[in-house]
Amino acid sequence: MSDRLRTLIDPILVANPVTLQVLGICSALAVTTSLATALVMSAALIFVLTLSSGVISLIRNHIPRSIRLIVQITIIASLVIVVDQMLQAYLFAMSKRLSVFVGLIVSNCIVLGRAEGFAMHNRPGASLLDAIGNGLGYALILAAIGTVRELLGAGTLMGFTVLPTTAHGGWFTPWGLMALPPSAFFLLGLLVWAVRAIRPEQAEPLRESPDVEAPR
Amino acid sequence: MASANPLSWWRGFLALPNDNLAKTLGVAFLVALICSLLVSITAVALKPLRDANRLADSAAHITGMLEILGAGLPDTHFVDLATGAYVDHDPGTRTDLPEERDLAGLGSREDVATVFELRDGGKLKLVILPVRGTGYQSTLKGYLALEADLNTVAALSFYAQEETPGLGARIAESAWQALWPGKRLADAEDVIRIEVVKGAGAGVHQVDGISGATRTGTGITNLMRFWLGPDGYGPYLQRLRKEAGR
Repeated sequence: MSDRLRTLIDPILVANPVTLQVLGICSALAVTTSLATALVMSAALIFVLTLSSGVISLIRNHIPRSIRLIVQITIIASLVIVVDQMLQAYLFAMSKRLSVFVGLIVSNCIVLGRAEGFAMHNRPGASLLDAIGNGLGYALILAAIGTVRELLGAGTLMGFTVLPTTAHGGWFTPWGLMALPPSAFFLLGLLVWAVRAIRPEQAEPLRESPDVEAPR
Repeated sequence: MASANPLSWWRGFLALPNDNLAKTLGVAFLVALICSLLVSITAVALKPLRDANRLADSAAHITGMLEILGAGLPDTHFVDLATGAYVDHDPGTRTDLPEERDLAGLGSREDVATVFELRDGGKLKLVILPVRGTGYQSTLKGYLALEADLNTVAALSFYAQEETPGLGARIAESAWQALWPGKRLADAEDVIRIEVVKGAGAGVHQVDGISGATRTGTGITNLMRFWLGPDGYGPYLQRLRKEAGR
């Protein structure tokens, strides 16, 4: 695989920012009650991540070290405001459902992490690929959790009925827990477990138990 | 760097070492300038669309509220808040509120408000009043619907708020708003008594608060007191009562 392709693909499957680094899970919990919100949130994050990485990479040689984090956050925050305003203008109902969580992309560790960890040291082309890859990796996890939660919590997918619920004369009793934030924790935990069972090298090394002096 | 040519001046600026003070300040200034331009242009360019969305949303809210109440389309009236009389148009002027009378934390209020009346053969059936006030961390905006006696709440619903998700934000949920219909605003002496209380409310003037959202509840109590009082819809409601011969 070429290096470029690897920059793009690796963060989606192998080094996924959510399952490997466990970053960005605040929004992964909050907006995954349905698949539609998860997808719009992912699109907003990809937009912010890609543009911020591109811009920061472009001016990386002229960002003084002493103010580099402020410069990065200023750029990221501006893009987040732009995306929030666009959602309010063009997808009003969706922006109401996402409420504060679009604004909170500013504090999403994936965005600042890629800016500081990759875009500051790499050319714009590679930075863009890295950003898109990480964004898609985040989107994949959000879509997976959103699918399970919407299907089991409401019996629908993208708002369309898949499992007819008893409330509407069907047979499926919605699993109320799936509509609540803790279920996203459980699903994410199971997912991380599954990924690390398949790829044991991703598991953090077990800490050796400290030497305890035997009681006398 | 001393050159008068702006292009070579710019090259000289870029060639400065990154830890140079002038360059640090320059980069900070340029980034701030470009970012603020981007944000301002987006905000101004999209404002008409966002406002239209909000307006359509609050209109849909009234329609939804009327559907729940099983009522038809209301008449819209402009009301001069100071006198309570109908006026032809909204001049858009505002009046500053002295702090001791500013219960809802608004700073100032409009002189002419838009109200909605539902009449059946000239007889008043329902009044819908826009209300707003400061909650815990945001401005709460909603509609208060009153029945013909002008003392019984037909519905209260909030369409805009940014309170804490899961706590104060639950005022926007229909389960909480369902606690309001049937509550009475004032007692026999015409003193406004309606309030949001901690825990379970007893009696016709009390509404159960949401635990963990005391200040949101207090905000709602205050905004009800303000808008039903002399600086709010008080004169207008008084006039309607007289009109009905009570």
